[in-house]
Amino acid sequence: MNTSNNIITFDQVNKWYGDLHVLKDIDLSISKGEKWVICGPSGSGKSTLIRCINKLETYQSGQLQVNAKVPQQVGMLFQQFNLFPHLSVLENCTLAPMRVNGRNQQSAIDIAMHYLTRVNIAEKAHQYPHQLSGGQQQRVALARALAMEPEIMLFDEPTSALDPEMIKEVLDAMMELADSGITMVCVTHEMGFARQVADHVIFMDQGSIIETAQPIDFFDNPQHPRTQKFLKQILPY
Amino acid sequence: MSTAVNRAINPIKSSFHWAHRNLFRSPIDSVITLTLCAFITWFIPPLFDWFILQATFTGEGNEQCVNDGACWIFVREFLPQFIFGFYPEESRWRLVTAVIIVIAFIGIRIVFKKKVHKFFTLTLIVSYPIIAFILLYGGVFGLAVIETHQWGGLFLTLVIATVGIAGAFPLGVALALGRQSNLPVIRAFCRLFIELWRGVPLITVLFMASVMLPLFLPQGLDIDKLLRVLICIMLFASAYLAEVIRGGLQSIPSGQQEAATALGLNYWHTMRYVVLPQALQNVIPGIVNTFIGLFKDTTLVLIVGLFDFLGIVQAAATNPQWLGHAIEGYIFAAFIFWCFCFSMSRFSLRLEQRSHLKEKPMTQPS
Repeated sequence: MNTSNNIITFDQVNKWYGDLHVLKDIDLSISKGEKWVICGPSGSGKSTLIRCINKLETYQSGQLQVNAKVPQQVGMLFQQFNLFPHLSVLENCTLAPMRVNGRNQQSAIDIAMHYLTRVNIAEKAHQYPHQLSGGQQQRVALARALAMEPEIMLFDEPTSALDPEMIKEVLDAMMELADSGITMVCVTHEMGFARQVADHVIFMDQGSIIETAQPIDFFDNPQHPRTQKFLKQILPY
Repeated sequence: MSTAVNRAINPIKSSFHWAHRNLFRSPIDSVITLTLCAFITWFIPPLFDWFILQATFTGEGNEQCVNDGACWIFVREFLPQFIFGFYPEESRWRLVTAVIIVIAFIGIRIVFKKKVHKFFTLTLIVSYPIIAFILLYGGVFGLAVIETHQWGGLFLTLVIATVGIAGAFPLGVALALGRQSNLPVIRAFCRLFIELWRGVPLITVLFMASVMLPLFLPQGLDIDKLLRVLICIMLFASAYLAEVIRGGLQSIPSGQQEAATALGLNYWHTMRYVVLPQALQNVIPGIVNTFIGLFKDTTLVLIVGLFDFLGIVQAAATNPQWLGHAIEGYIFAAFIFWCFCFSMSRFSLRLEQRSHLKEKPMTQPS
């Protein structure tokens, strides 16, 4: 494997919450520009894994190397959007570019509007988060993360808290982003998205990576019995 | 719609209806209504009598107050003293100027709204304490020095309350943040500080500051008594405020801080732009509650020999020429205190409503 091109490298990473072993000997190499999808039952450690990448979580042993400025160049989308409710959509998107990247107000507004336009929500720039639907909020959250011009985007079940009819608008925005060559790591149960976008799919269970495969092999020919069982449960028809 | 029409056609019938519905719905309601009516008819006329009908409003001296009612001449006579204390008459314009600056500033903000430049506001807020100190205390620009023991009355009350509030607020925020710090030393210190000040009655603190502290200070070092009292009240209020603000901090979901961290904002920026604005908005009623408490607590400075508004009123009531008018004085004092506290509470309501316009609870699918 070409290590010089790796942007994220996990080397025997372990994490415990007290006695609970939440990440077990994680080894993972992600190259620049690759799209990875992580799936698995709840409590399997997939969120914890990606939260280690932008230092929202710490780990106790092993090594994790990220070839980007952490956390500035690592964007993240959350299940609950986590927009700042006291700031307008535009202010949500300009806050970090101004305070972290030191942009002046005009340049921050320019870049925020650029990404708001890209996720098709520029017309809501002066509204407040509570005035938007869940799907719109998540797209604003995407624009907010992109306004920092990240090298890596992390997605922590970005569509799990959405009503079904809003999932597509968020996935569309994510697919459009995938074409841009950014590195993406997505925890998601949207298997259609995984099939279409992912270069690799990881299946996790009880803190371990059970199976890593290309989407075609993963869905049509899963190797591990636990993966087979999981896929059978989430893709019953 | 139909009730409005009814009322227009037959007002007597509809008001009878209203009374039946709201006052005499059940036997218990009827009893309560009748008791209250009896109480009002028994209580209000004599009060009205005392306050207005039998009261004396005009005249020069105590001798004019021959009626059974209130002697408002007393209040009128001592009003300048109630307001300015023993501040020399020829210098009182300085206090008036200090107040006018504040009122003018608020006026400009109301009239021009957002056109007022942030820089102007900031400059004034930063420089006002200095301006006010020069005006009040003097000593420069040819203004005579007026020692703090000459300060008194409503003016002193306002000085203590304003300095107390202005100082307690930032300190309270710092303590609340400190109590949640990751550093055990800071956390322990803030906790100790808060528990210490909350655990002691204000009177004790004031007494310590004015009587005990000078005993410990080295010879020749003399800190102004008012300054000592101000610092004590500030620290005392900050401890209460810190707990209120901590409640606000806890009400902010952890996702907010995570999102800010994920965007690369550091701790101070996260607090300043994301967490505190929301936390403080959530606890406006509690903060204003603490401030109202502080405002009323200023009356305790009397026991260390400072004559605040209530203290001056009390002193005036013992004036041999005006004996027997303590009640009028106390009622007047109560009224003025009520006016200030009520304004604060209205102000807090406005702040709350303004913030609710922006921020309704997030509609999140669960």
